[in-house]
Amino acid sequence: MPPVIGFGSVVLVLVAVEILIRIGLINRFIVPLPSEVAENFARVIVDEDILHRFLLTAWECLAAGVLLTAFGIAFGVLMHRAPLFRRACETWVAAFASTPLVLAYPLFLVLFGRSALTIIMLAFLSGLPPVILKTLEGLSATRRVLINVGRSFKLTPAQQFRKILFPSALPTIFVGIRLGLIFALINVVGVEFLINFGGLGQLINELAERYDLAGVYAAICFVILVSVVFFVTTERAERWLRSVR
Amino acid sequence: MAEIGPLTRARHAQLRLTPVGLLRAVIVLAVLLIWQILAVSGWFYGDVVPSLPKIWAALVKLLSRADFYWNLWVTIDEIGVGLAIGGLSGLVAGLVIGGNKFIAKAFEPYLYYLGPTPKIIFFPVMIMWFGVDSGSKIAMGALSCFFPIALNVAAGMRQIDSVLIKVGMSFRANPWQMATKIHLPAMRHPMINGLRLGLGVALIGTLLAETKLSNRGIGFLVIQAYNNFDMPRLYAVLIVLFVLAIGANALVAHFSGLDEIKQK
Repeated sequence: MPPVIGFGSVVLVLVAVEILIRIGLINRFIVPLPSEVAENFARVIVDEDILHRFLLTAWECLAAGVLLTAFGIAFGVLMHRAPLFRRACETWVAAFASTPLVLAYPLFLVLFGRSALTIIMLAFLSGLPPVILKTLEGLSATRRVLINVGRSFKLTPAQQFRKILFPSALPTIFVGIRLGLIFALINVVGVEFLINFGGLGQLINELAERYDLAGVYAAICFVILVSVVFFVTTERAERWLRSVR
Repeated sequence: MAEIGPLTRARHAQLRLTPVGLLRAVIVLAVLLIWQILAVSGWFYGDVVPSLPKIWAALVKLLSRADFYWNLWVTIDEIGVGLAIGGLSGLVAGLVIGGNKFIAKAFEPYLYYLGPTPKIIFFPVMIMWFGVDSGSKIAMGALSCFFPIALNVAAGMRQIDSVLIKVGMSFRANPWQMATKIHLPAMRHPMINGLRLGLGVALIGTLLAETKLSNRGIGFLVIQAYNNFDMPRLYAVLIVLFVLAIGANALVAHFSGLDEIKQK
């Protein structure tokens, strides 16, 4: 029942906005009619080649995701293996996580040009700290008894890592990857919008510059939909991984 | 005089280079050295990688100019107002959602799933609603920080020890007294954590909006340096910005007692 009430309330608000615009209490040149936005959804999908844009954004996210997974896990493992290096750098990584790196996008534009590489590099670097920190957390939280079992079998350090440490840390590492991917998606769409290049983010910027209000709202709804699907999918994958463990 | 001894000892202890401190110093020096080699190598076009003295000179020049502090104040003002609006709305939403299971089941999923969406895409809408001046930047800050604060407050409400609530009820506290004497003090830390997260995203939301469309603020200084291809100045503004962001985050964590919680 509560989800129905929640959804019903959202519909009610939209109906109220529709009525307020139609009777002139809200300016329709500032807020488009919700029905008009719904009608424009199909137009934006077909006319603006949204599938191609979606694939472009997805590709940029994937590239950033592969990079942050590879480098994040490698860096986390390195920090776990070298305690002195960890003590020296862990606070730096945490501080790096709190920097608004996306604001350096003009610098990345100079370094990598107005290209997908700028978007991918920014997304990769923004999503890197959670992967490093969660890898480190997962490896450090491996139960002592499991490590001792490995020792009793006289496993080599590589075997110990492959058979004990990594499988034990995997669910926590995945939490980091998931966070990193969410940061990457936010940054990919955000930077696409800011530099007017690429997929879904650029679409919103282009429609805004054309003053296509209904189109802007429809495109924003589409991006929200993509973000929610992405968020739910990674969340389910995380739950599945924990249950398999 | 009696206190000079321990103070001096403490100072000596601070100056003593530990292996961690030594490694940190080596890493910093190595990075600076590599940077300087890249700067003088001629491998990069123009000032893409400026030399360290050039960045230092730009930093000194930036910090000695009055217009920097005026722009900084504009940004702080926008972030502050955005944080106040978004924070208060988030606090109320979080209290309502966290205090009622039915409302939580009905509306929390919307907050939960809208939270991680990229907020900057709402900027064209905010410009239409609040204009091209500070209003749209404040709105971006408020929108960005609303979600983490609301979600943290709601989670904090649910974590309150039921004994405390029963104590409040046994004293027949009215809703206002329950809120001010039981709920708010008991969920101080989740609230501060939400504020810390909110501050970070409000800062990003406001500054990104300033880089996109503004003629004032630190975001404007960043994009102005880029447009003039004044790379030392761009690096200088970014350094100041990152130091301020990390500092603000650390200050909130320190004064709210979050550092002590982590240590426990």
